[in-house]
Amino acid sequence: MERKVKLQITGMEKKYKNGDGVENINIDVYEGEFVTMLGPSGCGKSTILRTLGGFLDIDKGDILIDGESVKDLPPEKRPTAMVFQSYNLWPHMTVYENLAFGLEIKKVPKNEIKSEVERGLKLVNMTGYEKKYPGQLSGGQQQRIAIARALLLKPSVLLLDEPFSALDAKIRAQMREELKRIQEELNITVVFVTHDQEEAMALSHRIVVMNKGFIEQIGTPTEIYDHPATRFVASFIGEMNFLTKQDGSSVAVRPEDVTITRGEVQGQLSGDVRTIMVLGHFVEVNVEVENRQVIKTYVARNVADQLHMKDRVSLSFAKTFQYCA
Amino acid sequence: MKLMSPKAFYYTVGKKNFFQYILFGIFVLFFYLPLMNLCMLAFADKYEVPAIIPQKFGFRWWEFVLGQGSLLSSIATSFVLAAIVTAVSLLICIPAAYALARYNFKGKRVFLLSFLLSNAYPRMGLYISIGILFYRLNLMGTFVGVIIIHVLNSMMFMTWIPSGAFRGVYRQQEESARDAGAGPFRTFFRITLPLAMPGIAVASVFTFLGSLEEAQGTLLVGFPQVKTMPVELYGVIMEYPLTAGPVLSLILIIPTVLILFLMRKYINADNLSQGYGMK
Repeated sequence: MERKVKLQITGMEKKYKNGDGVENINIDVYEGEFVTMLGPSGCGKSTILRTLGGFLDIDKGDILIDGESVKDLPPEKRPTAMVFQSYNLWPHMTVYENLAFGLEIKKVPKNEIKSEVERGLKLVNMTGYEKKYPGQLSGGQQQRIAIARALLLKPSVLLLDEPFSALDAKIRAQMREELKRIQEELNITVVFVTHDQEEAMALSHRIVVMNKGFIEQIGTPTEIYDHPATRFVASFIGEMNFLTKQDGSSVAVRPEDVTITRGEVQGQLSGDVRTIMVLGHFVEVNVEVENRQVIKTYVARNVADQLHMKDRVSLSFAKTFQYCA
Repeated sequence: MKLMSPKAFYYTVGKKNFFQYILFGIFVLFFYLPLMNLCMLAFADKYEVPAIIPQKFGFRWWEFVLGQGSLLSSIATSFVLAAIVTAVSLLICIPAAYALARYNFKGKRVFLLSFLLSNAYPRMGLYISIGILFYRLNLMGTFVGVIIIHVLNSMMFMTWIPSGAFRGVYRQQEESARDAGAGPFRTFFRITLPLAMPGIAVASVFTFLGSLEEAQGTLLVGFPQVKTMPVELYGVIMEYPLTAGPVLSLILIIPTVLILFLMRKYINADNLSQGYGMK
């Protein structure tokens, strides 16, 4: 079945005066898809999101939503809704007024607004909070209201700019789970921006890994984890050991793909156990090999029990990646 | 009465608080003693220096002041003028304040500084040169001329403080409104302006009160056609006994106290310091 493209970014470029920015951005987002832009701060992921929302003009290329170009439209004319990291709500309005604002502009009848607001609050588990002011809510509750407000606008594409990064870890995990539920329930198209790879892996159908204004790789979470296209992706997503060779190229291996055997084995890399750390159901063992390089490995508890500090061990790799210099 | 001894008080409230109390006490003395003296003199029928307490109390000078048609009309003039000045100043300065808060343009610093410059020089010099200009424009002795002078005086407050208030409105709050479908104007009036209101209210109060008590410029540009309360006060102080002045002073204080009381929610160090970028 051919899936419908909801959002299409083609050959997009946006440069700031200081030379930063993004270029050669090509992304297709399908209907009902959850796509995450992932990258370190300053990689341009927020820039892309802001151009989608209409808060930044683009220099080159085009942005199509439902097949129509929106690049010349102001934010209020675009079929997008955005949730920012913080300060989304208007503190001088009640929760009800915050949610009703966009609907009133659309001239939705009063009784319909009332039922819509109720529906929105129910969706984010905030029923009964109509009369509260944003200042009376916790950070997590404020973000829920902001998400509800964005959803009530019935956007073609929902844009989320690190909406959970100002929250503490526990609330963040809870919000993540709820967002996933809402997204699946409503089957809305979401573009999500984050620098937290765990969040990206947990939520997304596809991840766009960005670095220094360029797209490094686009793929499903498993594709990106199992087949990182570039050295940057390999180092940024998950844990990865890099063994540098004489010619400058490197071999990369994930800690869970390393098998440890005691003693020297012909044809295998050998080294000395440097540290053993129990991390719960598995153990992190660091082994120092040639040229003082350290390989991190995750091994099962029963294997680790037989290892001691400064033991001579051999390492075999189940799966490796090659990256040139 | 062991509790009331200074030593007991010192150890009760702690060192820091003790000195704060003393400082506060001195402040109260400096501030309220003259005010109390003013109140006393306003209700004196007969008072001759060097006595401290008036020889005879009564409402004679209240009757006199309130009986003067010119004085009453000056009060009306003052309030109408102050209201118009505040409105005009808001119309001119709020857009400027918003531009200063949100946009970067060439000469922004110089523009900001220019407001300070007009306050750095002796006012009299400024007024005299304005006066020369006004003679050519036939604005001397007119209400419009006085309005212009008062608006000029208010411009520093009216741009700096609201500008700080606008800067305190988060961009995301404006962008969220745009996102929800509001155009730039609706966003400004529904989101930005209400959020910046405390700062704007403070500036408006200062402008209103400043206009009420402005005498120099009004005297130079408006007199004798335009007579405001403080201008009349000069005349009263010079022409009548010592006790007529306090009556008019008290009348001048009433609106100030009233407005400050009504706006007490907004008038605080935060709203002021924000305007000067001190935070």
